[in-house]
This record gives sequence, structure tokens and C-alpha cells, in this order.
Amino acid sequence: MASKPLDRRAVVGQILAERGPALVISGLGSPTWDVAAAGDDARNFHLWGAMGSALPMGLGLALAQPAVAVLVITGDGEMLMGLGSLATTGVKAPKNLTVVVLDNERYGETGMQPSHSGLGVDLVEIARGCGFAWSMAVGDETGLAELCAKAFANDGCGFAGIKIAAEPLPRTLPSHDGVFLKHRFRAAVLDNGRENQ
Amino acid sequence: MALTQTVPAEPWQRDILAAFTEARMAQIAYVPDAGLSGLIDLCEAEDALETTVLTTEEEGIGLLAGAWLGGQRGALLMQGSGIGNCINTLGLARVCRFPLLIVATMRGEWHEFNPWQVPMARAAQPALEAMGCIVHRAEDAGGVGALIASSATMAFEGGLQIAVLIPQRLIGRKDW
Repeated sequence: MASKPLDRRAVVGQILAERGPALVISGLGSPTWDVAAAGDDARNFHLWGAMGSALPMGLGLALAQPAVAVLVITGDGEMLMGLGSLATTGVKAPKNLTVVVLDNERYGETGMQPSHSGLGVDLVEIARGCGFAWSMAVGDETGLAELCAKAFANDGCGFAGIKIAAEPLPRTLPSHDGVFLKHRFRAAVLDNGRENQ
Repeated sequence: MALTQTVPAEPWQRDILAAFTEARMAQIAYVPDAGLSGLIDLCEAEDALETTVLTTEEEGIGLLAGAWLGGQRGALLMQGSGIGNCINTLGLARVCRFPLLIVATMRGEWHEFNPWQVPMARAAQPALEAMGCIVHRAEDAGGVGALIASSATMAFEGGLQIAVLIPQRLIGRKDW
């Protein structure tokens, strides 16, 4: 029954091909390289540290920009470090926020050590229990197509756990200058880069 | 809820709300604290403020960074012990120069009966400063509003990270 595990770069490329005007936060490590590999975009903010902060950032952004889809793309280890932020997000549940966890059941940047998500912890069930409007496990192309249809619909705070192959891939590095990424993002999203209030 | 203790807001808490309004705040993130409860109630009653209750304080650093990316200003309210939970994540605000305004009510100081509160109280200011935050300690209740207003200017106009500590002596001793 087990199909070939999904390739993370292909998964991220397929999701982001549908993004339209969506705003993207990528979690540190491989998800940041994956999002960068899908093509540079001013509406991406790439984390290179602050492990556990990808979802809180996406939540604050989604609350500030309620009419625009916000996508958080992170890994299982990064999500596990910010597990409480699933509860925080479930309570607020902005309709325009979708969380995608690329789950290889490993801590990729530190040497591929096993993470909790391969040791019995089910992130999809945790998100459901935290009150996300929808939470889905994705393991094949059919599930991925279903996710792509839901991710930018702005009709409910969602979570997808995508099981991906654990394989080392060449790093595609975006800028690590956080000040540059911040100013570029705000210039792309806000009117003349100024506060929209 | 009937179980939730409601405490009338102190004048200094009303002054903080006024400073938040003046500074065009839009999001308030917090972990509940007895010393802040009057202010949190005021913020939740304010239509212009979106409030988010956190499970741990460091979530607030990321949340407010995201808010800023989306064009909104915000503040993070916590008990002083929560500063310890924020240390690594303060690097996000520092390296990206995200404006940050923390308001922390202190335990572990004035008439503190619980020694477990004391180590983080002693370490709060040095830990914040080690991560690049500017730390202001309120001297008296009457000056709190002006201190928040000044800190908001420096944070949001200057891209700095500022923590305002409200001493336990100013809040009053905790009675059980």
C-alpha cells in the first residue's frame, strides 16, 4: 500500500505554483531551501533561525492581512519545537492561514537524527485537536492535489502533514539578510512599504 | 467565565492602554499574569486591538514579527519569568531589526515569598541586554504611560527592541 515517498522539492514547487498573491513564511533549514528552490519571490520571508517561530510569524501575518492567503512551510522538527503555537493558532484560527509540514521524520540539518514524528507522534492529529478547521495527512499525489485546492481558498485555518522522502538535496540558499528580506516583503505587500493603518 | 478573577484596572494600566492607542497598536500578544490582568482586560475590550493568548512567551516574538511584515504594530505582555523563555527567539527581532516592545510585570522582588521566582527576576535585565534589548525599569506608577509611549517611538520609529519592566514594588505584593 505504501507508495513511493513524495519528493520535497516537487511538492513545494507544485504547491507554490498555485500561490497567486499568497504570502509565505518558511521555517529554518530544508523548508527554506525548498521554498528558495521554487523561485525567488519578494512575498517570501525565510527563517534561518528562531526555531519554532515559523507558525507564530504566520499567525501574526495572517491576522494583519486577513484578506490574503498566508502559507507557513516548515519541517517536523521546527514544528515540534513550537508545538504550543498550534494551540495558540487553533484558538485564533484565521481563515487565511495554512500550515504545511514537510515531514521526513528527521532533524535534517543536524545529521538526520530521528524526530518524534517518526516515533509515534502524529502532528496532523495534534493540529486537529488544537481546533484547526481542517487537518490532513498527505502521502501521495492525490492528497497533494487536494491540498493544493484548499491551501489558498481562505476558507478555514488548515494544516497538512506531508510525508516526504528523507534524502539529502543540494541547498538552494536565499538571502540570509533578515533586514533585506523584511524590507523587501513589506514593500511588496504594503502600500509603498508603509504601514497600512 | 465565573472562575476568572477580574481585577479593576489600575491608573497606570489605563495609561499603558492610552499609550498603545496613541502608538497605533493593532495586535497584543500575552501570557496571562496577575499583575497585568487589568491591562489585558482593557486590551480585550478595545475594538482596535487584536489580542492573542500565547502558550509560551517566545511565540509573541514571532507573532509580532509577522504582524510587522503585514503592516501592523503590536506589543508583548508577560510576567518577568517569561523573559527566560524568549532568549533564543529574541535573536529574530535583533538580526532582522523587527520593532519589539515587551511589557513585563516582575515577580521575585518586593516582598516575594516564593524563592522560585527570584533567579529569573535577577537574570531578566542582563538576559535581555545580552540579546540586544534596551531595558527600561519603571520608577513610579505615574511615569509608566510616558515610558511606554517613549519606548513605542524608539521601537517602531527606530526598529529597536525594547523591554519595559514594571517592578513588583509598583504593582504591590502578592497576597495569598
